[in-house]
Amino acid sequence: MAKYLLLKHYRSDHAVADGDLPPMDEWTPEEVNAHIAFMRQVADELRDTGEFVDAQALSPEGTFVRYDGEGRPPVTDGPFAETKDLIAGWMIVDVDSVERAHEAAARLSSAPGPGGEPIREWIEVRPFLGEPPVVTE
Amino acid sequence: MTGSGDDLGELLRDLTPQVLGVLVRRGADFAAAEDAVQEALIEALRHWPDTRPDNPRAWLVKVAARKLLDAQRAAYARERRELRVHLEPDPGPTEQVDDTLLLLSRCCHPALTPASAIALTLRAVGGLTTAQIAAAFLVPEATMAQRISRAKRTVSGQRFDRPGEVGAVLRVLYLIFNEGFTGSVDLAEEAIRLTRQLAAATDDPEVDGLLALMLLHHARRRARRTPAGELVPLAEQDRSLWDTALIAEGVEVLQAALARDRLGEYQAQAAIAALHDDAASAAETDWPQILEWYDELLRLAPSPVVALNRAVAVGEVDGPLAGLRELDGLPGDLPRRDAVAAWLHERAGDVAEAARLYAAAAARATNAAERDHLTRQASRLNAGRRAQS
Repeated sequence: MAKYLLLKHYRSDHAVADGDLPPMDEWTPEEVNAHIAFMRQVADELRDTGEFVDAQALSPEGTFVRYDGEGRPPVTDGPFAETKDLIAGWMIVDVDSVERAHEAAARLSSAPGPGGEPIREWIEVRPFLGEPPVVTE
Repeated sequence: MTGSGDDLGELLRDLTPQVLGVLVRRGADFAAAEDAVQEALIEALRHWPDTRPDNPRAWLVKVAARKLLDAQRAAYARERRELRVHLEPDPGPTEQVDDTLLLLSRCCHPALTPASAIALTLRAVGGLTTAQIAAAFLVPEATMAQRISRAKRTVSGQRFDRPGEVGAVLRVLYLIFNEGFTGSVDLAEEAIRLTRQLAAATDDPEVDGLLALMLLHHARRRARRTPAGELVPLAEQDRSLWDTALIAEGVEVLQAALARDRLGEYQAQAAIAALHDDAASAAETDWPQILEWYDELLRLAPSPVVALNRAVAVGEVDGPLAGLRELDGLPGDLPRRDAVAAWLHERAGDVAEAARLYAAAAARATNAAERDHLTRQASRLNAGRRAQS
């Protein structure tokens, strides 16, 4: 088993496959509800298959912070409205193979958008670094 | 027996798979049998601290069988059908041997994915709680509960009269051992406990081979990491930290297995581990003999991973350039290939190439401890080169 992080982006270098997707606030309330219900359903499916680890959503508001020397307050920068790459949230799955992780990501990407059509957004799949095996020789 | 709580817990944990095995062998549904055994354990916890029965196993079998019967009666009553399952009397301790293998082969059924087989084995045979297994694999308890109940459903449909292939069981036990120690539950210890049970119940020398392999690797566990958690490669381990009692036991188990002249891959791997354990220092390692065992292993169970490890042995026996030639035919994306190539290049004196390969290996490592170790190797070589220039 290995854990994978499935990252959902608000915006990314990978454009939505089907071209122009209007922002969610321009969808009908029914379309928004259907989208959110779908995300919950996928989490439930993964719980049911014994593969679900975690899911979290992130606010689009974010700030960059760094150390600025002893005794000085942290330096902050942003938020950057124009940032090209913005993480919206994640799901973590514990699965038997990378193929299975890709399957789960594709399922997430099939979430309905305007007109109930799959939005086909890109989901970034990242393997976790695990523990070393006992036997290596 | 001291009658203390720990002692009682230990006893119940040992008896659980045996009792479950008896019920399953009699034809009981797997999930129903497990529920019945859990109820019998609750009864035991209630009554045994005051009066422990003379034959705890027979007591548990009797109570569990009654619970199973009660549950079946209730189920049949609901369906307005008459009871057809007849439970036989306790067949006695002689059949316990078969039950262990029967239960394990059921939990390691080929229809299950490795993860499901591991979870079910730890639950049904190991007697760990769902919470403990979830903690060991760092997933939520609800997820692990679901994984286990799906696995039970998968194997429940199939009747098991005969044990399945031992090989499938050995693979699962090996995987559990290789998970090592990830948190609150020591899976390596657990795998050894289960393999000991299986070894006592079967006469397959490969079971003993796997037990020996586990003991001989487990013996080095205290030397494998620094107190800060950094990986220590075999050649640099403090061998005074190795557990000599475990090594002695592993060698004894292995020798008895080899004497039966039915060689298999686990015995060959154990032989390699034994030769490493036998060397008082890395320099005294008997590499020619290790190489012979790798040749044997490659014949028994050919795989790129074995070929990669064999290349290390070739490097030690015939020199690093010979070792590098062994890597030529191996797939470029084979895990740890870059790390082995880096080591061989370093031995051959090509420090720049070794540093580059260590860094490449670090970037592709699948665990943080190995990545950190490889990064330190690259950094050590690069610092040396800067100092020279």
